[in-house]
Amino acid sequence: MKFWPLIPRLILLSLLIAFLVSPESFEFLFKPLVQANAPAIYNQGSLASLTLLHVRMVFFATCAATIVAVALAILVTRPFGAEFLPLARTVVNIGQTFPPVAVLALAVPAMGFGNGPTLVALFLYALLPVFENTMTALTTVPRAISDAAKGNGMTALQTFWQVELPLSLPMIVGGIKISTVIGFGTATIGSTVAAKTLGEVIIAGLNSNNLAFILQGALLVAALAILVFDLLSMLERSLMKWKAA
Amino acid sequence: MIDIQSVTKRYGGKAVVDAVSFSVPEGSIAVLVGTSGSGKTTLLRMINQLVSQDEGAILIGGEDTRGIPGHELRRRIGYAIQGHGLFPHRTVAENIATVPRLLKWERSRIDAKVAELLTLFQLDPALYADRYPHQLSGGQQQRVGVARALAAEPKILLMDEPFGALDPVLRGTAQDELLAIQKRFGTTIVIVTHDINEAFHLGDTIAVMDKGKLLQYGHPIDLLKTPATPFVEGLVGTFDRPFRLLSLGTIASVVEPGDAPGEPIGIDKTQQEALAALMWAGAQVLPVTAEDGAKLGRVRLETLLGQAIRPQ
Ligand SMILES: Nc1ncnc2c1ncn2[C@@H]1O[C@H](COP(=O)(O)OP(=O)(O)OP(=O)(O)O)[C@@H](O)[C@H]1O
Ligand SMILES: [Mg+2]
Repeated sequence: MKFWPLIPRLILLSLLIAFLVSPESFEFLFKPLVQANAPAIYNQGSLASLTLLHVRMVFFATCAATIVAVALAILVTRPFGAEFLPLARTVVNIGQTFPPVAVLALAVPAMGFGNGPTLVALFLYALLPVFENTMTALTTVPRAISDAAKGNGMTALQTFWQVELPLSLPMIVGGIKISTVIGFGTATIGSTVAAKTLGEVIIAGLNSNNLAFILQGALLVAALAILVFDLLSMLERSLMKWKAA
Repeated sequence: MIDIQSVTKRYGGKAVVDAVSFSVPEGSIAVLVGTSGSGKTTLLRMINQLVSQDEGAILIGGEDTRGIPGHELRRRIGYAIQGHGLFPHRTVAENIATVPRLLKWERSRIDAKVAELLTLFQLDPALYADRYPHQLSGGQQQRVGVARALAAEPKILLMDEPFGALDPVLRGTAQDELLAIQKRFGTTIVIVTHDINEAFHLGDTIAVMDKGKLLQYGHPIDLLKTPATPFVEGLVGTFDRPFRLLSLGTIASVVEPGDAPGEPIGIDKTQQEALAALMWAGAQVLPVTAEDGAKLGRVRLETLLGQAIRPQ
Protein backbone atom coordinates (compact mmCIF):
# COMPACT_ATOMS: atom_id res chain seq x y z
CA MET A 1 0.00 0.00 0.00
CA LYS A 2 1.15 3.50 -0.76
CA PHE A 3 1.99 5.75 2.14
CA TRP A 4 -0.11 8.83 1.45
CA PRO A 5 -3.59 7.33 2.05
CA LEU A 6 -2.32 6.51 5.55
CA ILE A 7 -1.77 10.16 6.46
CA PRO A 8 -5.38 11.11 7.35
CA ARG A 9 -5.61 7.99 9.54
CA LEU A 10 -2.36 8.77 11.29
CA ILE A 11 -3.57 12.30 11.94
CA LEU A 12 -6.85 10.95 13.32
CA LEU A 13 -4.98 8.48 15.53
CA SER A 14 -2.65 11.19 16.87
CA LEU A 15 -5.60 13.47 17.60
CA LEU A 16 -7.39 10.66 19.43
CA ILE A 17 -4.36 9.85 21.58
CA ALA A 18 -3.63 13.50 22.29
CA PHE A 19 -7.22 14.12 23.31
CA LEU A 20 -7.29 11.10 25.63
CA VAL A 21 -3.95 11.95 27.24
CA SER A 22 -4.78 15.57 27.83
CA PRO A 23 -8.40 16.51 27.18
CA GLU A 24 -7.91 19.94 28.82
CA SER A 25 -5.68 21.05 25.95
CA PHE A 26 -8.74 20.88 23.70
CA GLU A 27 -10.92 22.92 26.01
CA PHE A 28 -10.76 25.99 23.76
CA LEU A 29 -12.52 24.02 21.00
CA PHE A 30 -15.48 23.01 23.15
CA LYS A 31 -15.81 26.22 25.21
CA PRO A 32 -18.04 27.99 22.65
CA LEU A 33 -20.55 25.10 22.83
CA VAL A 34 -21.42 25.42 26.52
CA GLN A 35 -22.87 28.07 28.81
CA ALA A 36 -20.33 30.19 30.59
CA ASN A 37 -20.28 28.34 33.91
CA ALA A 38 -20.68 24.75 32.58
CA PRO A 39 -17.65 22.41 32.16
CA ALA A 40 -16.43 22.14 28.54
CA ILE A 41 -14.61 18.83 29.06
CA TYR A 42 -16.25 15.72 30.52
CA ASN A 43 -15.55 15.77 34.23
CA GLN A 44 -17.45 12.80 35.68
CA GLY A 45 -14.71 10.26 35.08
CA SER A 46 -11.68 9.57 32.92
CA LEU A 47 -12.34 9.68 29.17
CA ALA A 48 -9.32 7.49 28.58
CA SER A 49 -10.49 4.70 30.85
CA LEU A 50 -14.04 4.85 29.45
CA THR A 51 -12.58 4.56 25.95
CA LEU A 52 -10.54 1.52 26.96
CA LEU A 53 -13.58 -0.08 28.58
CA HIS A 54 -15.63 0.64 25.46
CA VAL A 55 -13.02 -0.94 23.19
CA ARG A 56 -12.63 -3.91 25.52
CA MET A 57 -16.35 -4.58 25.57
CA VAL A 58 -16.65 -4.48 21.76
CA PHE A 59 -13.52 -6.60 21.42
CA PHE A 60 -14.72 -9.40 23.72
CA ALA A 61 -18.23 -9.46 22.30
CA THR A 62 -16.99 -9.52 18.69
CA CYS A 63 -14.39 -12.21 19.42
CA ALA A 64 -16.95 -14.45 21.05
CA ALA A 65 -19.44 -13.85 18.24
CA THR A 66 -16.77 -14.52 15.61
CA ILE A 67 -15.84 -17.85 17.15
CA VAL A 68 -19.45 -18.96 17.37
CA ALA A 69 -20.51 -17.62 13.96
CA VAL A 70 -17.50 -19.01 12.07
CA ALA A 71 -17.85 -22.40 13.76
CA LEU A 72 -21.55 -22.45 12.98
CA ALA A 73 -20.99 -21.45 9.34
CA ILE A 74 -18.33 -24.15 8.93
CA LEU A 75 -20.63 -26.78 10.42
CA VAL A 76 -23.61 -25.98 8.23
CA THR A 77 -21.52 -25.89 5.06
CA ARG A 78 -20.17 -29.41 5.64
CA PRO A 79 -22.09 -32.26 4.01
CA PHE A 80 -23.18 -33.64 7.39
CA GLY A 81 -24.37 -30.26 8.67
CA ALA A 82 -26.34 -29.11 5.65
CA GLU A 83 -29.68 -29.96 7.22
CA PHE A 84 -29.02 -27.48 10.03
CA LEU A 85 -28.49 -24.61 7.63
CA PRO A 86 -32.08 -23.25 7.69
CA LEU A 87 -32.18 -23.56 11.48
CA ALA A 88 -28.87 -21.76 11.98
CA ARG A 89 -29.98 -19.02 9.58
CA THR A 90 -33.21 -18.50 11.52
CA VAL A 91 -31.52 -18.36 14.89
CA VAL A 92 -28.92 -15.88 13.73
CA ASN A 93 -31.51 -13.75 11.97
CA ILE A 94 -33.67 -13.56 15.09
CA GLY A 95 -30.67 -12.11 16.90
CA GLN A 96 -30.62 -9.35 14.32
CA THR A 97 -34.35 -8.54 14.15
CA PHE A 98 -34.58 -7.79 17.89
CA PRO A 99 -34.04 -4.06 18.46
CA PRO A 100 -31.00 -3.48 20.70
CA VAL A 101 -33.14 -1.73 23.29
CA ALA A 102 -35.44 -4.75 23.50
CA VAL A 103 -32.48 -7.07 24.00
CA LEU A 104 -31.26 -4.87 26.84
CA ALA A 105 -34.74 -4.68 28.36
CA LEU A 106 -35.03 -8.46 28.32
CA ALA A 107 -31.53 -9.11 29.57
CA VAL A 108 -31.59 -6.72 32.51
CA PRO A 109 -34.15 -8.66 34.61
CA ALA A 110 -32.10 -11.82 34.03
CA MET A 111 -28.61 -10.41 34.47
CA GLY A 112 -29.08 -7.19 36.38
CA PHE A 113 -27.61 -3.80 35.51
CA GLY A 114 -24.02 -3.51 34.39
CA ASN A 115 -21.94 -4.83 31.49
CA GLY A 116 -23.70 -8.20 31.11
CA PRO A 117 -26.80 -7.21 29.11
CA THR A 118 -24.74 -5.06 26.77
CA LEU A 119 -22.27 -7.85 26.12
CA VAL A 120 -25.17 -10.13 25.24
CA ALA A 121 -26.65 -7.55 22.87
CA LEU A 122 -23.31 -6.88 21.20
CA PHE A 123 -22.68 -10.60 20.86
CA LEU A 124 -26.05 -11.18 19.22
CA TYR A 125 -25.62 -8.30 16.80
CA ALA A 126 -22.16 -9.40 15.78
CA LEU A 127 -23.28 -12.94 14.90
CA LEU A 128 -25.16 -12.31 11.68
CA PRO A 129 -22.61 -10.39 9.57
CA VAL A 130 -19.83 -12.85 10.41
CA PHE A 131 -22.07 -15.87 9.90
CA GLU A 132 -23.45 -14.63 6.57
CA ASN A 133 -20.07 -13.66 5.21
CA THR A 134 -18.40 -16.88 6.28
CA MET A 135 -21.17 -18.96 4.81
CA THR A 136 -21.20 -17.03 1.55
CA ALA A 137 -17.42 -17.27 1.27
CA LEU A 138 -17.32 -21.01 1.96
CA THR A 139 -20.16 -21.82 -0.43
CA THR A 140 -18.82 -19.69 -3.28
CA VAL A 141 -15.34 -21.22 -3.53
CA PRO A 142 -15.33 -22.05 -7.25
CA ARG A 143 -16.25 -25.65 -7.92
CA ALA A 144 -13.21 -26.15 -10.17
CA ILE A 145 -10.90 -25.18 -7.31
CA SER A 146 -12.33 -27.45 -4.63
CA ASP A 147 -12.53 -30.15 -7.29
CA ALA A 148 -8.88 -29.70 -8.12
CA ALA A 149 -8.02 -29.96 -4.43
CA LYS A 150 -9.87 -33.24 -4.12
CA GLY A 151 -8.62 -34.43 -7.50
CA ASN A 152 -5.04 -33.88 -6.37
CA GLY A 153 -5.49 -36.13 -3.38
CA MET A 154 -6.42 -33.76 -0.57
CA THR A 155 -8.68 -35.14 2.12
CA ALA A 156 -11.81 -33.17 3.04
CA LEU A 157 -9.94 -31.70 6.00
CA GLN A 158 -6.92 -30.72 3.91
CA THR A 159 -9.17 -29.16 1.29
CA PHE A 160 -10.80 -27.11 4.03
CA TRP A 161 -7.62 -25.88 5.74
CA GLN A 162 -5.45 -25.45 2.68
CA VAL A 163 -7.92 -24.18 0.13
CA GLU A 164 -11.42 -23.28 1.28
CA LEU A 165 -10.51 -21.42 4.46
CA PRO A 166 -7.63 -19.31 3.04
CA LEU A 167 -9.81 -18.33 0.09
CA SER A 168 -12.65 -17.37 2.47
CA LEU A 169 -10.62 -15.43 5.05
CA PRO A 170 -10.83 -12.00 3.39
CA MET A 171 -14.62 -12.18 3.31
CA ILE A 172 -14.75 -13.46 6.91
CA VAL A 173 -12.67 -10.47 8.01
CA GLY A 174 -15.12 -8.31 6.04
CA GLY A 175 -17.92 -9.68 8.22
CA ILE A 176 -15.94 -9.05 11.41
CA LYS A 177 -15.38 -5.49 10.21
CA ILE A 178 -19.11 -4.85 9.84
CA SER A 179 -19.81 -6.44 13.24
CA THR A 180 -17.17 -4.33 14.95
CA VAL A 181 -18.44 -1.07 13.54
CA ILE A 182 -22.02 -1.93 14.53
CA GLY A 183 -20.67 -2.91 17.94
CA PHE A 184 -19.01 0.45 18.59
CA GLY A 185 -22.31 2.22 18.01
CA THR A 186 -24.48 -0.27 19.87
CA ALA A 187 -22.20 -0.28 22.93
CA THR A 188 -23.08 3.37 23.63
CA ILE A 189 -26.71 2.38 24.19
CA GLY A 190 -25.49 -0.01 26.87
CA SER A 191 -24.86 2.90 29.17
CA THR A 192 -28.64 3.25 29.61
CA VAL A 193 -28.39 0.05 31.68
CA ALA A 194 -25.20 1.08 33.46
CA ALA A 195 -22.61 -0.48 31.17
CA LYS A 196 -19.24 1.24 31.44
CA THR A 197 -18.86 2.67 27.91
CA LEU A 198 -18.52 6.00 26.18
CA GLY A 199 -22.32 6.11 26.17
CA GLU A 200 -21.95 7.50 29.72
CA VAL A 201 -20.43 10.66 28.31
CA ILE A 202 -23.27 11.14 25.84
CA ILE A 203 -25.93 10.42 28.46
CA ALA A 204 -24.29 12.83 30.88
CA GLY A 205 -24.40 15.45 28.14
CA LEU A 206 -28.07 14.79 27.45
CA ASN A 207 -28.98 14.96 31.14
CA SER A 208 -27.17 18.23 31.80
CA ASN A 209 -27.95 19.69 28.35
CA ASN A 210 -24.19 19.87 27.67
CA LEU A 211 -23.53 19.82 23.92
CA ALA A 212 -19.75 19.53 24.45
CA PHE A 213 -20.13 16.25 26.38
CA ILE A 214 -22.42 14.76 23.72
CA LEU A 215 -19.97 15.75 21.03
CA GLN A 216 -16.96 14.34 22.90
CA GLY A 217 -18.65 10.98 23.39
CA ALA A 218 -19.87 10.81 19.82
CA LEU A 219 -16.58 11.89 18.27
CA LEU A 220 -14.60 9.36 20.30
CA VAL A 221 -16.91 6.51 19.25
CA ALA A 222 -16.74 7.64 15.62
CA ALA A 223 -12.94 7.93 15.65
CA LEU A 224 -12.59 4.44 17.16
CA ALA A 225 -14.97 2.95 14.60
CA ILE A 226 -13.11 4.57 11.71
CA LEU A 227 -9.68 3.48 12.93
CA VAL A 228 -10.69 -0.11 13.64
CA PHE A 229 -12.47 -0.26 10.28
CA ASP A 230 -9.27 0.86 8.58
CA LEU A 231 -7.15 -1.59 10.51
CA LEU A 232 -9.39 -4.51 9.56
CA SER A 233 -9.51 -3.31 5.95
CA MET A 234 -5.73 -3.47 5.90
CA LEU A 235 -5.83 -6.99 7.28
CA GLU A 236 -8.42 -7.90 4.65
CA ARG A 237 -6.20 -6.59 1.88
CA SER A 238 -3.11 -8.36 3.17
CA LEU A 239 -5.05 -11.63 3.16
CA MET A 240 -5.87 -11.00 -0.49
CA LYS A 241 -2.39 -10.15 -1.65
CA TRP A 242 -2.59 -13.03 -4.11
CA LYS A 243 -5.36 -11.15 -5.88
CA ALA A 244 -3.81 -7.71 -5.92
CA ALA A 245 -0.21 -8.77 -6.49
CA MET B 1 -3.71 -51.23 -16.98
CA ILE B 2 -7.05 -49.52 -16.47
CA ASP B 3 -10.00 -51.83 -16.81
CA ILE B 4 -13.39 -50.19 -17.15
CA GLN B 5 -16.10 -52.79 -16.80
CA SER B 6 -19.61 -51.93 -17.84
CA VAL B 7 -19.66 -48.68 -15.92
CA THR B 8 -22.84 -46.63 -15.62
CA LYS B 9 -23.45 -43.27 -13.99
CA ARG B 10 -26.89 -41.71 -13.69
CA TYR B 11 -27.85 -38.17 -12.85
CA GLY B 12 -31.54 -37.69 -12.11
CA GLY B 13 -32.41 -41.08 -13.59
CA LYS B 14 -30.65 -40.32 -16.87
CA ALA B 15 -27.56 -42.35 -17.71
CA VAL B 16 -24.82 -39.88 -18.66
CA VAL B 17 -22.33 -42.74 -18.91
CA ASP B 18 -24.10 -45.86 -20.10
CA ALA B 19 -22.58 -49.33 -19.65
CA VAL B 20 -19.17 -48.32 -20.94
CA SER B 21 -16.42 -50.96 -21.08
CA PHE B 22 -12.88 -50.72 -22.35
CA SER B 23 -9.39 -51.20 -21.08
CA VAL B 24 -6.28 -49.11 -21.44
CA PRO B 25 -3.09 -51.17 -21.61
CA GLU B 26 -0.24 -50.17 -19.30
CA GLY B 27 2.01 -47.49 -20.74
CA SER B 28 -0.35 -46.50 -23.53
CA ILE B 29 -2.42 -43.42 -24.32
CA ALA B 30 -6.19 -43.64 -24.70
CA VAL B 31 -8.00 -40.62 -26.07
CA LEU B 32 -11.66 -39.88 -25.30
CA VAL B 33 -13.46 -37.91 -27.98
CA GLY B 34 -17.12 -37.04 -28.44
CA THR B 35 -19.65 -34.25 -28.46
CA SER B 36 -20.05 -31.84 -25.59
CA GLY B 37 -22.06 -33.44 -22.81
CA SER B 38 -21.41 -36.99 -24.03
CA GLY B 39 -20.01 -38.01 -20.63
CA LYS B 40 -16.25 -37.82 -21.21
CA THR B 41 -15.47 -35.82 -18.06
CA THR B 42 -17.80 -37.96 -15.97
CA LEU B 43 -16.11 -41.14 -17.22
CA LEU B 44 -12.66 -39.69 -16.54
CA ARG B 45 -13.66 -38.68 -13.00
CA MET B 46 -14.92 -42.15 -12.25
CA ILE B 47 -11.43 -43.52 -12.87
CA ASN B 48 -10.08 -41.54 -9.89
CA GLN B 49 -13.35 -41.86 -7.98
CA LEU B 50 -14.14 -38.15 -7.92
CA VAL B 51 -17.44 -39.50 -9.16
CA SER B 52 -18.55 -42.93 -8.05
CA GLN B 53 -20.26 -45.15 -10.57
CA ASP B 54 -23.76 -46.51 -10.03
CA GLU B 55 -22.98 -49.79 -11.75
CA GLY B 56 -19.92 -51.64 -12.95
CA ALA B 57 -16.35 -51.61 -11.72
CA ILE B 58 -13.06 -49.94 -12.54
CA LEU B 59 -9.88 -51.90 -11.92
CA ILE B 60 -6.43 -50.37 -11.83
CA GLY B 61 -3.69 -52.97 -12.04
CA GLY B 62 -6.36 -55.51 -11.16
CA GLU B 63 -7.43 -53.67 -8.00
CA ASP B 64 -10.98 -52.38 -7.66
CA THR B 65 -10.78 -48.58 -7.19
CA ARG B 66 -13.58 -48.61 -4.65
CA GLY B 67 -11.38 -50.63 -2.31
CA ILE B 68 -8.80 -47.83 -2.10
CA PRO B 69 -9.37 -44.71 0.06
CA GLY B 70 -10.25 -41.91 -2.37
CA HIS B 71 -7.48 -39.49 -1.42
CA GLU B 72 -4.81 -42.19 -1.62
CA LEU B 73 -6.03 -43.30 -5.03
CA ARG B 74 -5.96 -39.71 -6.26
CA ARG B 75 -2.42 -39.09 -5.04
CA ARG B 76 -1.32 -41.94 -7.27
CA ILE B 77 -3.23 -40.65 -10.30
CA GLY B 78 -2.33 -37.32 -11.87
CA TYR B 79 -5.37 -35.26 -12.79
CA ALA B 80 -5.32 -32.21 -15.05
CA ILE B 81 -8.80 -30.81 -14.52
CA GLN B 82 -10.83 -29.25 -17.36
CA GLY B 83 -10.12 -25.49 -17.19
CA HIS B 84 -6.95 -25.90 -15.03
CA GLY B 85 -8.49 -25.32 -11.53
CA LEU B 86 -5.33 -23.74 -10.11
CA PHE B 87 -5.40 -22.53 -6.50
CA PRO B 88 -5.58 -18.73 -6.82
CA HIS B 89 -3.97 -18.10 -3.41
CA ARG B 90 -0.92 -20.21 -4.14
CA THR B 91 1.98 -19.37 -6.40
CA VAL B 92 2.78 -21.32 -9.53
CA ALA B 93 5.50 -23.24 -7.68
CA GLU B 94 3.21 -24.03 -4.73
CA ASN B 95 0.48 -25.16 -7.10
CA ILE B 96 2.80 -27.57 -8.87
CA ALA B 97 4.11 -28.83 -5.51
CA THR B 98 0.61 -29.81 -4.31
CA VAL B 99 0.82 -33.60 -4.54
CA PRO B 100 4.53 -33.92 -3.64
CA ARG B 101 3.75 -31.91 -0.49
CA LEU B 102 0.85 -34.17 0.37
CA LEU B 103 3.19 -37.11 -0.11
CA LYS B 104 5.72 -35.36 2.20
CA TRP B 105 8.58 -35.24 -0.26
CA GLU B 106 11.73 -33.49 0.87
CA ARG B 107 11.91 -29.79 0.18
CA SER B 108 14.92 -29.99 -2.15
CA ARG B 109 13.34 -32.76 -4.20
CA ILE B 110 10.14 -30.72 -4.58
CA ASP B 111 12.03 -27.61 -5.65
CA ALA B 112 14.00 -29.54 -8.23
CA LYS B 113 10.85 -31.13 -9.61
CA VAL B 114 9.04 -27.78 -9.87
CA ALA B 115 11.95 -26.21 -11.73
CA GLU B 116 12.22 -29.21 -14.04
CA LEU B 117 8.53 -29.12 -14.95
CA LEU B 118 8.43 -25.36 -15.47
CA THR B 119 11.37 -25.58 -17.82
CA LEU B 120 9.83 -28.53 -19.63
CA PHE B 121 6.69 -26.50 -20.31
CA GLN B 122 8.70 -23.46 -21.41
CA LEU B 123 7.98 -21.30 -18.39
CA ASP B 124 11.18 -19.76 -17.06
CA PRO B 125 11.27 -20.67 -13.32
CA ALA B 126 12.98 -17.38 -12.43
CA LEU B 127 10.09 -15.50 -14.00
CA TYR B 128 7.06 -17.64 -13.23
CA ALA B 129 7.66 -19.72 -10.09
CA ASP B 130 6.54 -16.97 -7.69
CA ARG B 131 3.66 -15.59 -9.72
CA TYR B 132 0.04 -16.13 -8.79
CA PRO B 133 -2.22 -17.89 -11.31
CA HIS B 134 -4.13 -14.71 -12.20
CA GLN B 135 -0.87 -13.22 -13.44
CA LEU B 136 -0.59 -15.86 -16.17
CA SER B 137 -2.22 -16.12 -19.58
CA GLY B 138 -4.84 -18.82 -20.15
CA GLY B 139 -2.33 -21.00 -21.97
CA GLN B 140 0.27 -20.60 -19.22
CA GLN B 141 -2.31 -21.48 -16.56
CA GLN B 142 -3.17 -24.61 -18.48
CA ARG B 143 0.46 -25.70 -18.68
CA VAL B 144 0.84 -25.17 -14.94
CA GLY B 145 -2.27 -27.31 -14.43
CA VAL B 146 -0.66 -30.10 -16.46
CA ALA B 147 2.64 -29.67 -14.60
CA ARG B 148 0.77 -30.03 -11.29
CA ALA B 149 -0.76 -33.28 -12.50
CA LEU B 150 2.68 -34.60 -13.44
CA ALA B 151 4.56 -33.46 -10.34
CA ALA B 152 4.50 -36.69 -8.34
CA GLU B 153 5.44 -38.79 -11.38
CA PRO B 154 2.18 -40.74 -11.33
CA LYS B 155 1.90 -44.05 -13.16
CA ILE B 156 -1.53 -42.97 -14.39
CA LEU B 157 -2.47 -39.59 -15.74
CA LEU B 158 -5.97 -38.29 -16.46
CA MET B 159 -6.17 -35.16 -18.56
CA ASP B 160 -9.33 -33.26 -19.42
CA GLU B 161 -8.81 -31.06 -22.49
CA PRO B 162 -5.36 -30.08 -21.21
CA PHE B 163 -4.18 -28.16 -24.26
CA GLY B 164 -7.42 -26.47 -25.33
CA ALA B 165 -6.17 -22.96 -24.57
CA LEU B 166 -2.79 -23.29 -26.29
CA ASP B 167 -1.94 -21.83 -29.69
CA PRO B 168 -1.20 -24.43 -32.41
CA VAL B 169 2.59 -24.10 -32.08
CA LEU B 170 2.64 -24.45 -28.28
CA ARG B 171 0.05 -27.19 -28.47
CA GLY B 172 2.32 -29.14 -30.81
CA THR B 173 5.29 -28.74 -28.43
CA ALA B 174 3.18 -29.61 -25.40
CA GLN B 175 1.93 -32.76 -27.12
CA ASP B 176 5.48 -33.79 -27.96
CA GLU B 177 6.59 -33.10 -24.37
CA LEU B 178 3.75 -35.26 -23.15
CA LEU B 179 4.74 -38.07 -25.50
CA ALA B 180 8.35 -37.79 -24.31
CA ILE B 181 7.31 -37.92 -20.65
CA GLN B 182 5.02 -40.83 -21.38
CA LYS B 183 7.88 -42.74 -23.03
CA ARG B 184 10.32 -41.93 -20.23
CA PHE B 185 8.08 -42.97 -17.33
CA GLY B 186 5.84 -45.48 -19.09
CA THR B 187 2.82 -43.52 -17.90
CA THR B 188 -0.66 -44.75 -18.74
CA ILE B 189 -2.66 -41.77 -19.94
CA VAL B 190 -6.34 -41.15 -20.52
CA ILE B 191 -6.89 -37.83 -22.22
CA VAL B 192 -10.07 -36.02 -23.29
CA THR B 193 -9.95 -33.77 -26.32
CA HIS B 194 -12.19 -32.07 -28.86
CA ASP B 195 -9.35 -31.90 -31.35
CA ILE B 196 -9.49 -34.95 -33.61
CA ASN B 197 -5.99 -34.23 -34.93
CA GLU B 198 -4.71 -34.33 -31.35
CA ALA B 199 -6.54 -37.62 -30.87
CA PHE B 200 -4.79 -39.17 -33.85
CA HIS B 201 -1.44 -37.67 -32.92
CA LEU B 202 -1.45 -38.85 -29.28
CA GLY B 203 -3.72 -41.86 -29.14
CA ASP B 204 -2.61 -45.46 -29.15
CA THR B 205 -6.33 -46.06 -28.85
CA ILE B 206 -9.32 -43.79 -29.30
CA ALA B 207 -12.70 -44.06 -27.58
CA VAL B 208 -15.60 -42.31 -29.27
CA MET B 209 -18.51 -41.35 -27.02
CA ASP B 210 -21.95 -40.04 -27.84
CA LYS B 211 -24.82 -39.44 -25.41
CA GLY B 212 -23.18 -41.54 -22.70
CA LYS B 213 -22.54 -44.54 -24.93
CA LEU B 214 -19.20 -45.79 -26.15
CA LEU B 215 -19.65 -46.01 -29.91
CA GLN B 216 -16.24 -47.41 -30.76
CA TYR B 217 -12.96 -48.14 -29.08
CA GLY B 218 -9.90 -49.13 -31.02
CA HIS B 219 -6.67 -48.18 -32.70
CA PRO B 220 -6.82 -45.00 -34.76
CA ILE B 221 -6.52 -47.04 -37.93
CA ASP B 222 -9.58 -49.12 -37.00
CA LEU B 223 -11.65 -45.95 -36.72
CA LEU B 224 -10.62 -45.04 -40.26
CA LYS B 225 -10.94 -48.56 -41.65
CA THR B 226 -14.21 -49.60 -40.11
CA PRO B 227 -16.06 -46.77 -38.43
CA ALA B 228 -18.73 -48.36 -36.24
CA THR B 229 -21.39 -45.76 -36.95
CA PRO B 230 -21.95 -42.79 -39.27
CA PHE B 231 -21.21 -40.61 -36.24
CA VAL B 232 -17.70 -42.05 -35.94
CA GLU B 233 -17.21 -41.74 -39.68
CA GLY B 234 -18.21 -38.09 -39.55
CA LEU B 235 -15.97 -37.47 -36.57
CA VAL B 236 -12.80 -38.86 -38.14
CA GLY B 237 -13.61 -36.86 -41.25
CA THR B 238 -14.51 -38.18 -44.65
CA PHE B 239 -12.61 -35.87 -46.98
CA ASP B 240 -9.28 -35.92 -45.13
CA ARG B 241 -9.19 -39.53 -44.04
CA PRO B 242 -6.53 -40.58 -46.60
CA PHE B 243 -4.24 -37.96 -45.11
CA ARG B 244 -5.12 -39.04 -41.60
CA LEU B 245 -4.28 -42.59 -42.57
CA LEU B 246 -0.87 -41.49 -43.82
CA SER B 247 -0.31 -39.55 -40.60
CA LEU B 248 -0.41 -42.81 -38.64
CA GLY B 249 2.75 -44.34 -40.16
CA THR B 250 6.32 -43.15 -40.53
CA ILE B 251 8.19 -43.44 -43.83
CA ALA B 252 10.45 -46.13 -42.39
CA SER B 253 8.02 -48.73 -43.80
CA VAL B 254 7.94 -47.28 -47.34
CA VAL B 255 11.54 -46.29 -47.87
CA GLU B 256 13.24 -48.11 -50.75
CA PRO B 257 16.87 -48.43 -51.86
CA GLY B 258 18.22 -45.93 -54.32
CA ASP B 259 19.02 -42.27 -54.59
CA ALA B 260 17.15 -39.19 -55.72
CA PRO B 261 17.79 -35.49 -56.18
CA GLY B 262 16.21 -32.83 -53.99
CA GLU B 263 15.71 -31.83 -50.35
CA PRO B 264 15.98 -34.98 -48.18
CA ILE B 265 13.22 -36.09 -45.78
CA GLY B 266 14.02 -37.36 -42.28
CA ILE B 267 13.26 -41.02 -41.60
CA ASP B 268 11.22 -40.11 -38.48
CA LYS B 269 8.69 -38.07 -40.49
CA THR B 270 5.15 -39.39 -41.00
CA GLN B 271 3.99 -40.53 -44.42
CA GLN B 272 1.67 -37.53 -44.44
CA GLU B 273 4.60 -35.16 -43.99
CA ALA B 274 6.54 -36.97 -46.74
CA LEU B 275 3.59 -36.68 -49.11
CA ALA B 276 3.35 -32.97 -48.38
CA ALA B 277 7.08 -32.55 -49.06
CA LEU B 278 6.82 -34.41 -52.39
CA MET B 279 3.76 -32.43 -53.48
CA TRP B 280 5.33 -29.12 -52.48
CA ALA B 281 8.57 -29.93 -54.34
CA GLY B 282 6.61 -31.15 -57.39
CA ALA B 283 8.78 -34.27 -57.29
CA GLN B 284 8.01 -37.94 -57.98
CA VAL B 285 10.75 -39.09 -55.62
CA LEU B 286 12.85 -37.61 -52.80
CA PRO B 287 15.84 -38.92 -50.80
CA VAL B 288 15.45 -40.12 -47.23
CA THR B 289 18.10 -39.54 -44.58
CA ALA B 290 18.70 -40.64 -41.00
CA GLU B 291 18.76 -38.17 -38.13
CA ASP B 292 22.53 -37.77 -38.50
CA GLY B 293 22.15 -36.98 -42.22
CA ALA B 294 23.27 -40.40 -43.51
CA LYS B 295 21.55 -41.49 -46.74
CA LEU B 296 19.04 -44.30 -46.24
CA GLY B 297 17.27 -44.47 -49.61
CA ARG B 298 14.33 -42.76 -51.24
CA VAL B 299 10.57 -42.48 -51.08
CA ARG B 300 8.29 -42.37 -54.12
CA LEU B 301 5.04 -40.40 -54.47
CA GLU B 302 3.37 -43.41 -56.05
CA THR B 303 4.17 -45.62 -53.07
CA LEU B 304 2.68 -43.07 -50.68
CA LEU B 305 -0.48 -42.72 -52.76
CA GLY B 306 -0.79 -46.48 -52.57
CA GLN B 307 -0.61 -46.26 -48.79
CA ALA B 308 -3.53 -43.82 -48.72
CA ILE B 309 -6.03 -46.24 -50.23
CA ARG B 310 -8.81 -47.39 -47.90
CA PRO B 311 -7.43 -50.37 -45.98
CA GLN B 312 -9.31 -53.65 -46.29
N1 LIG C 1 -22.85 -33.39 -11.02
C1 LIG C 1 -23.74 -33.49 -12.03
N2 LIG C 1 -25.07 -33.43 -11.78
C2 LIG C 1 -25.97 -33.54 -12.77
N3 LIG C 1 -25.65 -33.70 -14.06
C3 LIG C 1 -24.35 -33.76 -14.39
C4 LIG C 1 -23.33 -33.66 -13.40
N4 LIG C 1 -22.12 -33.74 -14.00
C5 LIG C 1 -22.39 -33.89 -15.32
N5 LIG C 1 -23.71 -33.90 -15.55
C6 LIG C 1 -24.36 -34.07 -16.87
O1 LIG C 1 -23.82 -35.22 -17.45
C7 LIG C 1 -23.64 -35.04 -18.84
C8 LIG C 1 -22.20 -35.36 -19.21
O2 LIG C 1 -21.34 -34.37 -18.65
P1 LIG C 1 -19.78 -34.39 -18.87
O3 LIG C 1 -19.21 -33.26 -18.11
O4 LIG C 1 -19.27 -35.74 -18.56
O5 LIG C 1 -19.67 -34.10 -20.44
P2 LIG C 1 -18.38 -33.92 -21.34
O6 LIG C 1 -18.43 -34.98 -22.38
O7 LIG C 1 -17.16 -33.83 -20.53
O8 LIG C 1 -18.69 -32.51 -22.05
P3 LIG C 1 -17.67 -31.33 -22.46
O9 LIG C 1 -17.03 -31.77 -23.73
O10 LIG C 1 -18.59 -30.17 -22.69
O11 LIG C 1 -16.72 -31.12 -21.36
C9 LIG C 1 -24.06 -33.62 -19.14
O12 LIG C 1 -25.35 -33.64 -19.69
C10 LIG C 1 -24.03 -32.94 -17.80
O13 LIG C 1 -24.99 -31.94 -17.76
MG1 LIG D 1 -15.81 -32.30 -20.11
